[in-house]
Amino acid sequence: MSELVLPKINKETISKKEYIFKNLAKIINPENVLSHADEIKPYETDALAAYTQTPLAVVMPKNTQEVSNILKFCHAEDIKVVPRGAGTGLSGGALPLNDAILLSLGKFNKIIEIDFENKCVVTQPGVTNLGITHAVQHKNFYYAPDPSSQLACSIGGNVAENSGGVHSLKYGTTTNNILGVEIVMMDGTICRIGGKTLDQEGYDLMGLICGSEGLLGVITEVTVKILKNPQVVKAALIGFPTIEEGGNAATEIISSGIVPAGMEIMDKALIEATDNFSKAGYPRDAELLLIVELDGTESEVDELLKQVRSICEKNNCSSLKLSKNEKERLSFWAGRKAAFPACGALAPDYYCMDGSIPRGKLAEALLEIKRLSEKYELPVANCFHAGDGNLHPLIMFDGSDKEELRKTEEFGAEILKTCVRLGGVITGEHGVGIEKRELMCEMFNDNDIQQQLDIKKSLDEKNLLNPGKVYPILRKCAEEGRVHVHRNEEKFPDLPRF
Amino acid sequence: MSTEMKKNSQIFQDSNNTYYPEDELQVSEVVKELYKKNQPTELIGTGTKNFIGNKIQSAKKLSLAKLSGIVEYLPEELYIKVKANTPLELVEKELEKNNQELAFEPIDFGFIQSGKSNKGTIAGYLACNYAGSRRFKAGSVRDHILGFRGVNGKGDIIKSGGTVVKNVTGYDLSKLVAGSFGTLVALTEITLKVLPKKKLSNTITIHTEDKELINELFEKISSSSSEISGAVFIPEEPEDENYDRNKEKVFKFNDLESKGSFLALRIEGDKISINEKIKALTNELTLDKLNSTILDVHQSTPFWTKINNLELFKATKNNLLRVVIPPSMGNKLMQYLGNKYKYCIDWCGSLYWIEVQAKKNIKVGEIKKLIKEMGGYLTIIKISNEFDYEETIFTVDDIRLLISEKIKKSFDPKRIFNPGKMYRGI
Repeated sequence: MSELVLPKINKETISKKEYIFKNLAKIINPENVLSHADEIKPYETDALAAYTQTPLAVVMPKNTQEVSNILKFCHAEDIKVVPRGAGTGLSGGALPLNDAILLSLGKFNKIIEIDFENKCVVTQPGVTNLGITHAVQHKNFYYAPDPSSQLACSIGGNVAENSGGVHSLKYGTTTNNILGVEIVMMDGTICRIGGKTLDQEGYDLMGLICGSEGLLGVITEVTVKILKNPQVVKAALIGFPTIEEGGNAATEIISSGIVPAGMEIMDKALIEATDNFSKAGYPRDAELLLIVELDGTESEVDELLKQVRSICEKNNCSSLKLSKNEKERLSFWAGRKAAFPACGALAPDYYCMDGSIPRGKLAEALLEIKRLSEKYELPVANCFHAGDGNLHPLIMFDGSDKEELRKTEEFGAEILKTCVRLGGVITGEHGVGIEKRELMCEMFNDNDIQQQLDIKKSLDEKNLLNPGKVYPILRKCAEEGRVHVHRNEEKFPDLPRF
Repeated sequence: MSTEMKKNSQIFQDSNNTYYPEDELQVSEVVKELYKKNQPTELIGTGTKNFIGNKIQSAKKLSLAKLSGIVEYLPEELYIKVKANTPLELVEKELEKNNQELAFEPIDFGFIQSGKSNKGTIAGYLACNYAGSRRFKAGSVRDHILGFRGVNGKGDIIKSGGTVVKNVTGYDLSKLVAGSFGTLVALTEITLKVLPKKKLSNTITIHTEDKELINELFEKISSSSSEISGAVFIPEEPEDENYDRNKEKVFKFNDLESKGSFLALRIEGDKISINEKIKALTNELTLDKLNSTILDVHQSTPFWTKINNLELFKATKNNLLRVVIPPSMGNKLMQYLGNKYKYCIDWCGSLYWIEVQAKKNIKVGEIKKLIKEMGGYLTIIKISNEFDYEETIFTVDDIRLLISEKIKKSFDPKRIFNPGKMYRGI
């Protein structure tokens, strides 16, 4: 892993740390200020476990006023602050800094109000994504965005990263599914945006905060929209003898006017790896596997499945299986959801990439990745959210071999640059964090980045909130960082990642 | 100023102090000059929604009308990239060829302003962020913007987003620009998400005056899994000569009883699925016990066009308010409005269009106070000529105003673009 450049350490902060601890202990219950090495150890990294940093202290406020008081103090004393939700982020957005307070929202773990009449849930940010669905599913409602880590990731983190998931093609990402947020600005100002109404007037501050990776404010409350479960959900499992034919079928499904609830692609390496791992019953002779999920009324779903079948047959699919019941549908997904851990069993290490490309370029991207894999002599497994062109190639390598590590990094950067060349972007849903920071200039020029930095400066003039993330420190396109997983020692190895 | 710049600015500028740049680079050059000279400037497209917001006192005008035309339309990628001031009609026509549409259902503001269609440009829709009836199901204008290019108040060309739907690279500036009424960026190019058009639509109408029943029905509709894509309530108009009584004329359909208040809901899909949904809804809404009819596709399509044209308030001389509330407040607001106001409800109980007669300007403030208490917001979309009452056009609280000021400064530090259009000081 390349050496990580972090913001210059403020020596004054370090030198007055006893003073800082004492004051923090006055603002919140001293029990919730952690400064002992043993206590803060678990907070040294998020799910981008390749990087670790020891924070100055970890603070765990209990309510919005405490967050505000902490930030006010840090603002006055020029102390950096790194906010943290559940720490499941894959791009290092919650990586601590030696001279920063790590502000954990872990104690904000309660749902405040379930409002079926207005179809929303008001919740504290530390509640898990799945926790929201669990709270409303008895009335057949659910919260739509479903990042793979939904069992553990917090809704506040989802807002900070604008998390997506398998169903974002039809139902949108976090930004399309929230109605309101409460945030605390770096100077301690508490600001409520939106509420239980659709849209809001004036500048869309909620849209700005969503996906801002903890750089603009600390999220202390979220109001999310909930949806009624669809009447019928069915899935199809389709095998193809070549990458081109499978990729073209996926493209054709979209261009024919079908909007699947989810559409996923896996290549041969992953079909074999996941089938070994989860015994999902995938067509092992296929070069490419497509999972298409449709929802709606019974007749709507059946009609669309008929169309999907005809498109796939036209593109020479080698196998096609429709889910007969809910159990079978879930079994179709089981292997896909095991893709990351399955990869971990194949090689000592893997890098997970996250780029987006236009859907029509799927086959081209897959073939290019195959070519690069041969060029670098490193195996790669591919899974895609094909419906929205979000790809997750997993490069397998041995991290103990320095030359192989260097090649892997080069390979990864080339994949992301390919995404940009094909008309896509360097991150579809994992965020920039520290991981893809230096690649920002592949997409943006100085003017673009300066405008974003000006916004940051206008809301956090001292650059104290989560500094060193998202925007290039060196302002040059260094080729570094992807999600590096060593011997399956991911921070959350049990979480499905897709 | 360089000689070249002088020459250029003469080319762009007409005698009314209006600049007409022809491309993004020229927009940037003009704005750089305005920035240097510190000249407040009104941004204009085709002016169809110009009446919304505060009047601007500006030395200069910057017309972006020449930045028009489709840059790239890839139906299979579900996006269209256009120069910012491309007429909406042109975009709709192009999408129609591929059975696609802008799912946020643009409102034709021409009708309330001048009594006839005048849709304006894509940049105008983005600047206002006002979506039509499908909003509660499909999202607002801001949810359908994938990316943009534009010029900030310093004259720098900036871009954000892209053409792909999954994108978390940097701050999502498309959202900020949506609804900013041209106060942040002079837009030059916009990429919109497009979606397949539903094959057919049918509309179920239910005649009733019962406010509790109406809100109960809205609640059931929003809880239904039948994917209802429109739900409005059109009350009987007040018997007051200050309101134009045109409901019966506007909503004249074979299968719609002309007298009385009614609720209408839209279902879309192919014939079989529409029938399936009607069957499910008959049960869910107990339609058999209500006075209901069904408008077939030939009536349903024009019905929703009329709703989204705001034809009920055609060329009104009164004040027209746009009010958004949490739907649970519906009963309370309907009680307040009684039969004193002409209004209609859209977005399944969330959006109210309320006409306040010119002589009762004072009532606007009273309604605004009530709406704020309900957790909603109010915008005065159209102001009567007789409006003499001190009231802000938009709803904002002090903290948000302060943050908005900071954001404005980060884009447009000298307040060149549309100063005061939204709020004083912005």
